[in-house]
Amino acid sequence: MKKRRLVMRTIILLVLGAAVAYSLYSNLTKDNKQKVAIGDKAPDFVLVDMQGNKHRLSDYRGQGVFLNFWGTWCPPCKKEMPYINNQYLQYKDKGVQVLSIDIQEPKLAVNQFAERYKLDFPIMIDTDKEVMNVYGIDPLPATFLIDKNGDVVKYHTGEMTENMIKDFMEKIKP
Amino acid sequence: MATLSSNLLFIAFILYLVATLFYGGSIKTKNEQNGTNRWGKIAVFLTIVGFVSQLGYFITRWIAAGHAPVSNMFEFTTFFGMALVGAFIVIYFIYRTTLLGLFTMPVAILVIAYASMFPKEITPLIPALQSYWLHIHVTTAAMGEAILAISFAAGLIYLVKAIDQTKSTKQTFWLEMVMFSLVTVLGFVVVSSVFSGMGYHEKFNWIDKHDATAVMEYTMPAITGPNEGELLTKGGYSPLVEMPAFINAKKLNTVIWSLMGGLVLYGLIRTILRKRIAAALKPLVKNIKLDFVDEISYRSVLIGFPVFTLGALIFAMIWAQMAWSRFWGWDPKEVWALITWLFYAAFLHLRLSKGWHGEKSAWLAVIGFVIIMFNLVAVNLVIAGLHSYAG
Amino acid sequence: MNDVKCECGHVNPHGTVLCEACGKVLDEQEKNKKELLDMRYEGSARRSQTYNKTIIDKIWNFFSSVKVGVWIIIVILVASTLGTILPQEMYINLPADVYYEQEYGWFGKLYYQLGLHDLYGSWWYLLLIAMLGTSLVICSLDRVVPLYKALKAQRVTRHEGFLKRQRVFGINDNVDESDLNAIKKHLKERRYHVREENGDLLAEKGRFSRWGPYVNHIGLIIFLFGGMLRFIPGFYVNENLWVKEGETAVVPETSEQFYLQNNQFILQHYDKDKDKTFEKAIEEAGEVVKNYQSNVVLYKRVSDNLPGEKPKLEKVKEYKVRVNHPLTFEGYSVFQSSYRSELKAMTFFLTNKTTNQSFGELKIDLEDPQAKYDLGNGYSVEILNYFPDFEFNKDGEPTTKSRVPNNPAFVFKMVTPDIPKGETSFVAIKQTIEPFGDNQFKMAFKGIDTKNVSGFTVRKDSSLWAIILGGIIFMIGVIQGAYWNHRRIWVQNKNGQVWIAAHTNKNWYGIKKEIETILTDTKLDIPDDQLQLENSDKGGV
Repeated sequence: MKKRRLVMRTIILLVLGAAVAYSLYSNLTKDNKQKVAIGDKAPDFVLVDMQGNKHRLSDYRGQGVFLNFWGTWCPPCKKEMPYINNQYLQYKDKGVQVLSIDIQEPKLAVNQFAERYKLDFPIMIDTDKEVMNVYGIDPLPATFLIDKNGDVVKYHTGEMTENMIKDFMEKIKP
Repeated sequence: MATLSSNLLFIAFILYLVATLFYGGSIKTKNEQNGTNRWGKIAVFLTIVGFVSQLGYFITRWIAAGHAPVSNMFEFTTFFGMALVGAFIVIYFIYRTTLLGLFTMPVAILVIAYASMFPKEITPLIPALQSYWLHIHVTTAAMGEAILAISFAAGLIYLVKAIDQTKSTKQTFWLEMVMFSLVTVLGFVVVSSVFSGMGYHEKFNWIDKHDATAVMEYTMPAITGPNEGELLTKGGYSPLVEMPAFINAKKLNTVIWSLMGGLVLYGLIRTILRKRIAAALKPLVKNIKLDFVDEISYRSVLIGFPVFTLGALIFAMIWAQMAWSRFWGWDPKEVWALITWLFYAAFLHLRLSKGWHGEKSAWLAVIGFVIIMFNLVAVNLVIAGLHSYAG
Repeated sequence: MNDVKCECGHVNPHGTVLCEACGKVLDEQEKNKKELLDMRYEGSARRSQTYNKTIIDKIWNFFSSVKVGVWIIIVILVASTLGTILPQEMYINLPADVYYEQEYGWFGKLYYQLGLHDLYGSWWYLLLIAMLGTSLVICSLDRVVPLYKALKAQRVTRHEGFLKRQRVFGINDNVDESDLNAIKKHLKERRYHVREENGDLLAEKGRFSRWGPYVNHIGLIIFLFGGMLRFIPGFYVNENLWVKEGETAVVPETSEQFYLQNNQFILQHYDKDKDKTFEKAIEEAGEVVKNYQSNVVLYKRVSDNLPGEKPKLEKVKEYKVRVNHPLTFEGYSVFQSSYRSELKAMTFFLTNKTTNQSFGELKIDLEDPQAKYDLGNGYSVEILNYFPDFEFNKDGEPTTKSRVPNNPAFVFKMVTPDIPKGETSFVAIKQTIEPFGDNQFKMAFKGIDTKNVSGFTVRKDSSLWAIILGGIIFMIGVIQGAYWNHRRIWVQNKNGQVWIAAHTNKNWYGIKKEIETILTDTKLDIPDDQLQLENSDKGGV
């Protein structure tokens, strides 16, 4: 009788405790929840670049993909874009592809930007912010590293140095 | 229609005043034990007629405005006064004591007088307020609060009777503070009416907290002036003290005037009575049994608590869900409704489980009313939120 | 820890104060007192008070105390007031670390540093609520079971000590059968449930009101549980969605299944000439908004396309989204929450500065400006640079703050037959800079086109059912407990006399009135209210 009571009480307290712990944990981590987490399959998408070529993410299976979200107005993007271009030229023959996605800007702005910084990698405009929504991007710049199997290896927000970019490319080299 | 409406309200107000006198008379004359006496019967009759008249005000104003008149400070507060009278009538027919009327009616009169200090124009509804859930929520909440306020009146009777007035104690001090607060509300009404009767106005240019120049209009002579205020009105009073920008100098000025009005009135009353107000009221309550008023007070909380919960929390959540897409948003007014609810929940638990009857319970009833009034007055006027229709 | 056997034969759990069956006082300390009985929980044994060995028991007993419960309520109450002193984070429109200090000085800074700007979302406030929930569960469990058992075990015939020490009690010497029959009849008329045993009566009604508190506690627990459900991913969606007039946007968090097209945003004000009733109020307030409305079309995606590809959409419905009238579909609700006006296009004339002669007009779509506008006859304008949200950066260079055309600026190259290599001009709102000296031509500003952008809140709350259920159960419980009373009247033969005792959990005035009606037409005296007698003995208050 006494034993049963103790068991009952323990169970009830455990259930309550678990509920409380879960709520507290979710409350504390609610701010840094990531839509596409490391280890997930990178969601597929199709976008057309400035030259009119279609790029489908899954077509690059077998290669590493350096997926960069950016905007012409964002100061860190301006800084890192030339670095990305340098490394792109180094790694494009080693199986690493750079796809860069501008968020909802006029073609004119993007073209002028690409010209000014002499960017060689494919640039696409996410006109309806669909890809951005799927990847849950905020703030810019944001970079996803995707390996040859199409899995997300790393997610990075904020400015990157040239060394970081090199390391990143090394990481996803097939 | 609008004129008819305000006339009906005025009639109700006068009837409530006269009824109060009769309640006083019914206590003075004997035979309280064997049911209600003649004076008492007239008092109750007048109260009911007044209530019907105010109901007439409510209905005619509703027709005129096209929406239930509970959408600004004047309308809501008047409705609260009406609900208070209604709640008293209900409780009266349960317990048949006119003494309760003597304590409730003055509170209701003060509430209505206070209400009429706000702009009385019929206001159009902004989109968020265009919902019948709003009207259901507001009226039910006001009724709940009114019933809870009856417990305050009963608690007051209890305290007036139970507290020993022969010596000065903490209890006598705080009870007198309650009386003084009621007098201060009267002070506010008197001061505001006097100045608005005189048509007093003065304007200031002032610098707000974003360093922008703005104009502020006072309807009472400025004691506290706005930040870097510059008097524009000729013959206006220049302020005694200038306030920093983040303090609303105009509202503070009104508070100071009301307090001064209250102090003067209170001083007058004390010189006439030559004792504490509570002590002067003591003979009026000698015929009533303590545990009887205690029961009325407790019963009012029991009746009012579910109504309050329904109106101030549940209906409020339904409306908030419709208007702002979330049923709960931690808006100050919402939080204070929650606080009121928590307070009365604590009250009930203390009473049921800790045996807090009698005087402790009466004090709690008083504190509960203070919280309700805080939510009605201070939260609307001081802590602005989504509900601040008074601005 | 032995059970206690009462002289009436009933076996009570350890810790019982009043025998569950006959009401005899079992507690030694209580035995010799003359005072009225404390009838809370029927004098049943609250388990928690009797077992206190393991840590589990100690935690259990802590939360089982009403005193602790009331303290938790009071702490929550006081904590909640703190959050109303200054506006909470969700009601401000600046970053919190800037806002509080800027608006309220050192006090605001302190308020922010103490974390009071997000009080209701803080871990400790959540913990307080969790403690309240725990207290609700344990307090209720600990009381409802013994109370249920005690009320079930009660017998009709009660112990003398129990009857004597009830608040309402009276003794009558000569009573005959007809009186008892009359009483029984009256009791039944008053809807009492009458039980009889050896000529003793127990009349009872409204027992279910005793369960009110526990029912409302269950409601509250379900409500809190509903609040907890929100933390589960996908249970609660709360997103902002801005859609420009004429455009279609995907509704967030719908797995790209739904699209919303905004045809038109409408803002209406009250017209003081039409709404005569409100004339005075409108004059005082200035403009009063009557309606915010977006005429939208909801589409469902029918194609199996990838993000970025043009989807094939099928119209679901047209709707006018207004405040208080959200568009709802498949658990989602779209609320009209705000709007803004955005620049859409700017129009310029290419003008000769001296003659003021115009050589054609160009309208620049701010969302998709062209690189070159040919005006004919050898006149053309190129956009060398476009800054939708122009500002000068730290180094004094023109740059753009965002992609939204809040403050558009352009660097134009104006090519004319007069100056075929072109002139450069920097044009922003109310500002023209000619970086390479005086120009012969200028871009004269003609006008702007704007369009409205509707702000929607997209919400899905799968926890709503729990919140609603909890609310309903709470209301049922609180009404059950507050508007009904549990009344019992004992009419019993003791020592050749007839004793009447009565108990109610509240509303003594009511039960006394009721006893008066029940005893009419009988020879029995109205029993006394011993509490009032007691009080008047103490000095007549």
